[in-house]
Parts: sequence; structure tokens; C-alpha cells
Amino acid sequence: MSSTVGRKRPKHLNLLQIRLPVAGIISIMHRVSGAVLFLLIPLLLYLFQLSLQSGMTFMEFQEIVRRPLVKLILLGLLWGYLHHLFAGLRHLFLDLHIGISLETARLTSIIVLVAGIALTLLVGARLW
Amino acid sequence: MVRREVTGAHYGLRDWLAQRITAVIMLAYTLLVIMALLMLPKFDYFTWKALWQLPLMRYASVLFILALLYHSWVGVRNIFMDYIKDSGIRLTLYVLVILALVAYGAWAVQILWGR
Repeated sequence: MSSTVGRKRPKHLNLLQIRLPVAGIISIMHRVSGAVLFLLIPLLLYLFQLSLQSGMTFMEFQEIVRRPLVKLILLGLLWGYLHHLFAGLRHLFLDLHIGISLETARLTSIIVLVAGIALTLLVGARLW
Repeated sequence: MVRREVTGAHYGLRDWLAQRITAVIMLAYTLLVIMALLMLPKFDYFTWKALWQLPLMRYASVLFILALLYHSWVGVRNIFMDYIKDSGIRLTLYVLVILALVAYGAWAVQILWGR
């Protein structure tokens, strides 16, 4: 019996050449969005604090969130939140063995991706 | 010769379950906040402040924060487990994340109950 331990296995880790299926894309986006959301918790807490501390800081809060760059960051965060939420919801259904066939899983991946982007654009259009 | 069996650290199932329970809590809270925002008559300081002084919003927020902190911990820890090979650095990062999360929790409570 030949051992597999020492054998050289083919490796293909050129990220630009790996073609991820759409389920893989939303999966890595689930991870990245989670990491970004974690990193930006202090920003959100800071803004939340400003909005509630006093009438003065509330005005300061409105001033800050009106800036285009801040708006863009917050919309990006909203996208991260929505994507994470939808991808997570899909996970919960997969855990219940709902939608585990290849075609359904692919379809729900596309839905997750599109729903996150569409809702973000919708909110963005309303708030801009 | 010692035969060792790989058994794992035994927190896998617990955290797997916790990740899902906390997710559902946060989902419910998200819907609550969306409803509250839609029902807000206007967006000025007093209406906004009054909203967050409602006991429902305060206690739901505390539940959300607790869920968020645990959920973040499991998620961030998993990311570190995957990419940080050096156990010294990984442990240091774990400690920093825990400290940050506890501080965020305290901060959030202070925002909700402070004047």
C-alpha cells in the first residue's frame, strides 16, 4: 500500500485563478463582512452615543453622518450587515436541511447576494 | 506507545449552537428596530431620545449586545484559528478581542442608561 503522507499533492492556491462557485463567494463575503462589522463596532457605538447624549451632540451627529464619505462608509456597513444577515439566514435553513440540493443552494446564494446589494441601494437611494 | 485519540476541545457544538441562537436574537432585534424606525413620527432629538428610553428598547438592546458580543467572539476566534498559526500571537489577539468586546458591552450600557 502506498502511503499518501509523503506524496506531493497538487496545490493550486493562486487566488486569482481559483474560480469560486457563487456559494463560495457569498461564504467568503460572510466572513469578510463579519470581520469588518466587528472592526467598526466602536464607530457605531460612538455615533450612537453622539445621537443620544444631548441635543448638542445630536446636532453634531447629524453633521457627521451628512458627510458623503461617512455616508458611504455607513452604507458599506449596512451592506455588510445585510449580507451577513441573509447569508446567515441561508445557513440556518441549510442546517435544517432546507435547500441543500446543488441547484437550490446555488439559487439561494444568488438571492442572498442580490438581496443584500438591492436593499442597500434602496436604503442608500432613500437616505442620500 | 501511547495511543491518543483526537477528541477536540468540546466547545465546538456549544459554540455552533450559540452562534445560531445569538443570530436569531439579533435578527429579531433588527426587525424590532426597523419597525421602531418606521413608526418614528419625526427624527429629532426628543423623539429619538424618547424611543431609546422605552424599557422595551433598552432591554432588547442589552439582549442584542450580549448576543452580538458572544457572536463576534465566536466568529473572530474562528477567523484567528484559521489564519494565525503562531499560538502566542493568537492568544494575545484573543485576549485583546475579549477585552475590546467587554469594553463595548459596558460602553453600550452606559450609552443606554447614562444621562
